[in-house]
Amino acid sequence: MAPASDQGLGFGSEDIDASISALPTEVELLKRAWRNEKASPEILQFQEDVVRNARVQIQNMEDTVEAYAEDGKDALTVSLYQMDLDRTEFLLRSYLRTRLQKIEKYMIHISKTDLWKRLSKPEKVFAKSCKENMENHLNQSVLSRLPFGYQDVLKQSISSEEDDMVPEPQLDTFVFCKSKGSVGSFQLDAVGDEVVDLIADDLYVLRYKSIKPLVETGQIDLV
Amino acid sequence: MAGQSDPHLSIFSAAEVEFLAEDELVEIIPNMSMDSLNFICGDFGPFYPHIPTEVPIWLAMALKKRGKCAIRPPSWMSLENLTQVLELERDSPREFQPLPFHYVEISRLLFDHAREDIPDVHMVIVAIVCPDFPPRLAFQKLVLDIEHFNRDVRFHKVESGFETIGSRTHAVKLKNLSAMEVNIVRPFFVRALQAFYKHDSPQMIPQPDTASRRTDTGDRGPRRDLRPR
Repeated sequence: MAPASDQGLGFGSEDIDASISALPTEVELLKRAWRNEKASPEILQFQEDVVRNARVQIQNMEDTVEAYAEDGKDALTVSLYQMDLDRTEFLLRSYLRTRLQKIEKYMIHISKTDLWKRLSKPEKVFAKSCKENMENHLNQSVLSRLPFGYQDVLKQSISSEEDDMVPEPQLDTFVFCKSKGSVGSFQLDAVGDEVVDLIADDLYVLRYKSIKPLVETGQIDLV
Repeated sequence: MAGQSDPHLSIFSAAEVEFLAEDELVEIIPNMSMDSLNFICGDFGPFYPHIPTEVPIWLAMALKKRGKCAIRPPSWMSLENLTQVLELERDSPREFQPLPFHYVEISRLLFDHAREDIPDVHMVIVAIVCPDFPPRLAFQKLVLDIEHFNRDVRFHKVESGFETIGSRTHAVKLKNLSAMEVNIVRPFFVRALQAFYKHDSPQMIPQPDTASRRTDTGDRGPRRDLRPR
């Protein structure tokens, strides 16, 4: 990005137009959020703006399609608009659903760590009720019948020092990723002799934990 | 339970990879007139007979199915280019030749729905699908099996790449590997790397002092075993 904009300095409105058209569309942003969410082991920050904008656009498009159908616009055009609408709706649904699956899987872990802040409001409501239901269910069906000391939802037994029955996402797993711009050399491990030079558009398989900050800041995309 | 990753959770289905590929642009030559389409995913058209225009593949497919356009296959799909790619692919045993990230899905879609628009279609299919097949046989056997795509040449490289993975592997670079290829090798790749990583982690090396082990259950390695009864 940087060298390109340097060249463009002082060249008037044409460059500005070019840079505007190069901005990713809402659908592209949503697609990126969807891909990253699907490929990352833990839940990522909820993309509030992207989802809100996608909802608005879907609503507008629904109105348009309806209006076209009523106006007797030709069937082909209407069906093409409907296809575009279906594709966007699919992306949005799949994005939200992927997050719900992660929440169901890691509800306890999410609710007691910083990950909680990454959920949207409705997701928080869902996670809370999900967790309560699960706890009630486990208590009623199994735990209340176990001997004293083994009745905790979170611990194997009373002598466990930590919550050792909480499923956690595995951050050590490896992910396939692509960097959008050149990230430069990047240190892979905290211990640190391993350095990798991430070149734009090249595909790498890396440990999720080591590139986590790059995913969170959007410098790298999971594929 | 806690340490296990679900191998299915993060993997895209083949249909989802195809969905992504359908947003790639392709040139069509309409045979009708139609106003511009202002989609959520962008504006396309207007469409005039015989005037080429660029549209996403899903739109091209929809028009093609209704007999409203011909599709211009992308330039990389020409027999010339593919023959050249194939030669280079064979000559450079450690590198993948550049093909579009979604080349598998795009060719599949075009073969299925726009076969008559691709010049030398049979030869192109042979070049992409089973390059080592004698053309005559392949001609008779025009069945596309995506999993066998370019298997002899490109997958062989992936396989030999596996051999270099070891306990000290923290990063693997797969320049030019395409989306569908990624999807196919992903489960094996991830598991292999995880296994090496796990066995390499300090926790897996037995320590005589079990008491000190209990405190450092970080996120590495397996979690503490269930107590024996």
